[in-house]
Amino acid sequence: MTRNAKILSITLLVSLFLFVYVAPQLVNKIPRVRVPIVPFRFGLDLLGGAHLLYQADFSGIGDINRADAMQGVRDVVERRVNYFGVAEPVVQISGTDRLIVEIAGITDVNQAIRLIGETPFLEFKEQIPDAAAPKDDSITEFLAQWRSTGLSGKQLKRATLTFDSQTRQPEVSLQFNDEGARLFAQITKRNLGKPVAIFLDGVPISVPTVQSEITDGSAVINGGFMPQEAKLLATRLNSGALPVPIRLVSQQTIGASLGAQSMRDSMRAGIWGLAMVALFMVVFYRLPGVTAVLALVVYVLMVLAAYKALPVTLTLAGIAGFVLSLGMAVDANILIFARMKEELSQGRPLALAVNEGFRRAWLSIRDSHMTTLIAAAILYGFTTSIVKGFALTLGIGVLGSLVTATVVTRAFLNCFIGVWASTRTWLFR
Amino acid sequence: MALMMFSLIALGIWGLRLGVDFRGGSVLEARFDERPSVEQVADALRDLQIEALKDLAVSPAGTTDVVMKSGQLTEAEHQLIVQRLTDSFPKSGFVETRFDSIGPAVGSELRRNSAWAISLALAAVAAYIAIVFRAMRRVLSPWAMSVATIVALAHDVLLPLGVFAFLAHFYGVEIGAVFIAAILTVMGYSISDTVVVFDRVRENIIKGHLGKDADFGRVVHESIMQTLVRSINTNITTLLSLVAIAVFGGQSIRYFALALIIGIFSGAYSSIFVASPILVWIGRRGS
Repeated sequence: MTRNAKILSITLLVSLFLFVYVAPQLVNKIPRVRVPIVPFRFGLDLLGGAHLLYQADFSGIGDINRADAMQGVRDVVERRVNYFGVAEPVVQISGTDRLIVEIAGITDVNQAIRLIGETPFLEFKEQIPDAAAPKDDSITEFLAQWRSTGLSGKQLKRATLTFDSQTRQPEVSLQFNDEGARLFAQITKRNLGKPVAIFLDGVPISVPTVQSEITDGSAVINGGFMPQEAKLLATRLNSGALPVPIRLVSQQTIGASLGAQSMRDSMRAGIWGLAMVALFMVVFYRLPGVTAVLALVVYVLMVLAAYKALPVTLTLAGIAGFVLSLGMAVDANILIFARMKEELSQGRPLALAVNEGFRRAWLSIRDSHMTTLIAAAILYGFTTSIVKGFALTLGIGVLGSLVTATVVTRAFLNCFIGVWASTRTWLFR
Repeated sequence: MALMMFSLIALGIWGLRLGVDFRGGSVLEARFDERPSVEQVADALRDLQIEALKDLAVSPAGTTDVVMKSGQLTEAEHQLIVQRLTDSFPKSGFVETRFDSIGPAVGSELRRNSAWAISLALAAVAAYIAIVFRAMRRVLSPWAMSVATIVALAHDVLLPLGVFAFLAHFYGVEIGAVFIAAILTVMGYSISDTVVVFDRVRENIIKGHLGKDADFGRVVHESIMQTLVRSINTNITTLLSLVAIAVFGGQSIRYFALALIIGIFSGAYSSIFVASPILVWIGRRGS
């Protein structure tokens, strides 16, 4: 097999494989064909969701290892975020004292924010033995009846969602550690027949009457929960305390409907862009234009596969970066063709013109792509994830363009050089 | 040059309108099936006693959306507002599409980072050009090309800035973080365009295509003519892609695409009419 034919067949095979990887949904439409689907990763602005930035407040804490503390914060927040069951949540430390949380596809951002930022404070209180009777129904009077027992979330080993076997009501079952078990035994012994209050974040959520002394350190909160509430409470109690308090300093939320629309719009933009460019290339450059379009198709497949494989999170700006790099990929081909035309008009034979075209266009291609890459690299160091996404897609696109313009276009062109085409140079003008 | 003057004046008089990304504050965008008027929305929120709502600005967007800008809102305040709006317009199909709340520290950081990024890009480009074109040393200082490129760059960046200052003044258009991305991309394109012409100049000089002692100005002119068609075509394809984005890409990305279109168009223009004359001017002075 000639070298060109080899390159062409490899390219064809690779393209086929890439197509299956990039668009398995289309492939699966063929009957009896079942290809595994690896989804694209889409950013917040296309899925809807929230981007939250938290600032850790070390002011009241004193001398601790900040890096460790931030790691602790990250772990706790991640546990809390996982409660929402979203795919691929992002919880990462930014700088020395900030935390980025990105949850895509979430419907109730407010709930997420409440869950993430707040450390639940669980407290068991007992009645003050000789307290004066409450003067009225106000909450302050109620609170004045109770005193701390020393038993709190600190001694909690685990909280679980359970269902009462008889009433089927959702409950939260608590399991204390040894110290907690000891304390609890004392409390229940002291308060037999009397109520004991369970406070969460300073608000009483359950005031059961002690039936018997409990020595195994297990307790149950049944405050008339909905299943979701009980699960939420168990999660909060289990995730532990935040080592450092955090404050929400920046929030960006996109509603799912806007996200879906942006997704539709960018698909359309991408397809139209591709169509317009392809048309222009064929009309203006004729046969080389056709090869460029073919190379463009390979390019698109390659770049999309790279986005899927890495994976690159595609945001709205990211897709714009891709469409932009499309223009650049075509640009490289145009550089080559322009040179080729020059060579042809100077009377060189076709095969030579093609080679010369490639050789001399290379420097311009290299420089123009390099400068764009530099811009993309600098953009990548930017703070916001949206700009980063743009830089990444642009950068990968430009690299891909370098590859296809040189290798693929050349292979396609070379296969047209043969006796058949060389006398029909009008195809190339 | 006239365009550059216009941009500078526009910037000077009107200034750019920095968006929430840079200033800090909150933006709430909502979609209604039946959109209430701006006054109705403002009235509904009037008695909420929220500090940040003192500089509330409500404006319509598109045919169904309303944009509310204010100082930074806490999440609790945000929920209050959402609740109030849902209650006030029960049959209008209120749905929140977007909510941003940026703290002042974050906003000023973004400003700083943007300035840094742009300066860094300028420096990197100047260095790259000087290195790549060092073979020109015998004819003129390689820094000459850097200078010419950067002046063209300044022109290309100023033009979109000027247009957006104009838009800011008359249409209240704001710029966000993505705008900086557009500017840096424009810089990349401007350079690459200018480089193509200079590439030709270098080739013509080194290879002596136009005669060994050809007048520098003529060499540059010839180089431009040789690369003109290619330059135009390249820019057409890129602009085609961008127009596709601007037209079909939806509201959020439209201005981003616009900034890119202006900048890249200017990039093509500047390589020919700004960078090259400057290069010739410097080159002639040198010899």
